[in-house]
Amino acid sequence: MLNYIVRRLFYAIPILIGVNLITFTLFFVVNTPDDMARMQLGIKRVTPEAIVRWKQERGYDKPLMFNNAEQGFSKLTRTVFFEKSVSMFAFRFGRADDGRDIAYEIRKRMIPSLSIALPVFLLGLGVYIVFALTMVFFRATYVDFWGVVLCVALMSISSLFYIIGGQFLISKLWHLVPISGYGYGMDAAKFLILPVIIGVISGAGANTRWYRTIFLEEMSRDYVRTARAKGLSERIVLFGHVLRNALIPILTGTVVVIPLLFLGSLIAESFFGIPGLGSYTIDAINSQDFAVVRAMVFLGSLLYIVGLILTDISYTLVDPRIRME
Amino acid sequence: MSFKPVVLWTDALVYLLVAVVLVLVWHIRRNEHLLAPWRRVGHSASGMSALTVLVFFIITGLLDTVHFRPATELGNGDNGAVSETAYSVEVLSLLDLIAAPLRTRVEKTYSAPFAAHLYARETVELPDGGQTREFPRLKYGGAHLQDPELELMPDIMARAATGAVGGLLLCGVLIALLAVTLARQRNETFMSALAAIRCRTTATPWYAVSIMLALILVLLGAALALCSSYHIFGTDKVGQDVFYLSLKSIRTGLVIGTLTTLMMLPFALLLGITAGYFRGWVDDVIQYLYTTLSSIPSVLLIAAAVLMMQVYIETRPELFDTVAARADLRLLFLCVILGVTSWTGLCRLLRGETLKLREMEYIQAAHAFGVSHWRIISRHILPNVMHIVLISTVMDFSGLVLAEAVLSYVGVGVDPSMISFGTMINAARMEMAREPMVWWALLAAFSFMFALVLSANLFADAVQNAFDPRAKNLSTRVKAFHRKKIQKKPEVETASARPEDSFL
Repeated sequence: MLNYIVRRLFYAIPILIGVNLITFTLFFVVNTPDDMARMQLGIKRVTPEAIVRWKQERGYDKPLMFNNAEQGFSKLTRTVFFEKSVSMFAFRFGRADDGRDIAYEIRKRMIPSLSIALPVFLLGLGVYIVFALTMVFFRATYVDFWGVVLCVALMSISSLFYIIGGQFLISKLWHLVPISGYGYGMDAAKFLILPVIIGVISGAGANTRWYRTIFLEEMSRDYVRTARAKGLSERIVLFGHVLRNALIPILTGTVVVIPLLFLGSLIAESFFGIPGLGSYTIDAINSQDFAVVRAMVFLGSLLYIVGLILTDISYTLVDPRIRME
Repeated sequence: MSFKPVVLWTDALVYLLVAVVLVLVWHIRRNEHLLAPWRRVGHSASGMSALTVLVFFIITGLLDTVHFRPATELGNGDNGAVSETAYSVEVLSLLDLIAAPLRTRVEKTYSAPFAAHLYARETVELPDGGQTREFPRLKYGGAHLQDPELELMPDIMARAATGAVGGLLLCGVLIALLAVTLARQRNETFMSALAAIRCRTTATPWYAVSIMLALILVLLGAALALCSSYHIFGTDKVGQDVFYLSLKSIRTGLVIGTLTTLMMLPFALLLGITAGYFRGWVDDVIQYLYTTLSSIPSVLLIAAAVLMMQVYIETRPELFDTVAARADLRLLFLCVILGVTSWTGLCRLLRGETLKLREMEYIQAAHAFGVSHWRIISRHILPNVMHIVLISTVMDFSGLVLAEAVLSYVGVGVDPSMISFGTMINAARMEMAREPMVWWALLAAFSFMFALVLSANLFADAVQNAFDPRAKNLSTRVKAFHRKKIQKKPEVETASARPEDSFL
């Protein structure tokens, strides 16, 4: 088992290098660091000296991929790509354009991100499964039919509208909770309750339908027929057998998103003014802060890979039939 | 010439797409085995109703795709002939031409739906020299009314009713035409064909389609009758008609939804089938490629790529002769980058399916006969994975329309000068904070988007039910759960079927 995990971890390294290469190419092949400097400094105030200084301050003053001025191995290492990537792997993300330390910002903003993403995830999981089970229990009746119709309708609404509508109804009209903002400690609850509810509702359509499909698929298996043939009631079949067995694909399917929860929810955070990583990323995108965006891309893909590995491990844990190869 | 045709990049691709669809339709009509699943789609009431709605959206989008630059006459020659024609820098479309009244009748600022007065007070000079604060009359909305207080409601009612009746009449004509066609096909009288439609005994659910059509045409008729003299969805901050903005947004949504597919299909097909068919190191390389790409959170990858594009465009303004060309290139690029981020899912599915197919006996037999790889892939594998391609592209469509709105809202979507649902919602965000609130732009964007995405979702469901053997099993199993043991699918497929909620 340990052997397997270690191997998977090593397998992640080329992927991370690939991710770095892709983001690097995206940023620097079409636009040279000079273009970026001009962009950041503003077209009007740009002077050659300012560009050189800008590049020096941020370490873009070396060749991009291949340094002809150097000898031997350092032809490859004394380049922007190598230096920027290596520091990324050491979790040194450098400074954002406003001069703040990115790593520190990430540490600070992780908690607010988690405090909204985790409740949405857990609450959502519970609510969707309950809805899906209800629909499966009443399958082929009007409850099921209108449940599916409702799901499709919910799926067809953009998440932006859920947020805007929720903020308008609950905060602006009924004054139940503040429209946006964030507090620490117990104070956070009143700011978080609305984003969490909206987060759960906006995912309800698609997820409930997905869980319903899983349950229906599970219902068609042989052991369910056997259980029915034994004379077990539909309720026991559904809750005792199907639910327990369907939890395997559900859990393994959701493990992959758990690490991603750190990144928070981009849109919700920026709408509700929660100082998490999601809103950090959006701010960085809007202010065209490449260093932050690159750091977030790296972090995101790292977490995704961790999620994939966790998924594989959870497969092997819950289903002993799958052998590790 | 009084206009100069303009073919923007996305226009050209949309034309290509239309051509491809037409060729496919022609091809499918000639092959019964290809037609059969489409017949099943045709039998689904919800699917066909959704298609009816979609057709209207598609017509609007296509009208908005034919672009040209109108001439502005500079000087007249001797005998009155135009000696020199210059073309406006503004790029218009057929839709703009049809909706010219909507486009040109711009108010000063906000006005509510069906209003005859502006939404904000203004200082107005009185004839006797004094000043007063009041809601001034609109320049166009309800301008024909003497006394809006009294006449507004009856006038709206009368116009709406006229339009609705017109729409109903048109619908009646269409249904009659349908009945004539049906009667000729089935060798019946006109009345019995009509009765068959009403009693829902036709194979294609014409009854549901007619109801939907009537609903759309009544709404459309009323809207058309009203929008000539009112702003039926109000006006936005700079006084543009919101109904016009909503109509223009349709093309943006459709283009993103369809062209992205066009961009990603070659990648997904080529790489997915190659990986599954050749296996070995080719498979490893391709797997590495898509794992790497899919491990980057898609919003971030899109954001990064769009940022890069933004810098590129802004540092090279000489490449674009019109604002539209610039916005269009950005739209195209957005499609490309969405395509690049979304081919991985389909590629994974195709790889899995190809792995399964290549072990099939008939393909083994083809191998034994020495048929070339290329021929096996094109004759045997490709046709057998097409249903997966179709299902996944149809399913992706609505997600892409939604993604466009979110991305434009975040600021990495379409060009700010391009009208889209995202830019509409983004503008509406400021209006929400206004007191009193401006709600109509948001409502218009919501209802148009909801109608578009809902119909796309319903149609996608119908297509999936008709084409996916697994889904078909599932739905019959609901009714009588027994028979047929389903094959255990590889885990990757179940994992990828999970709805992506990456945007929130």
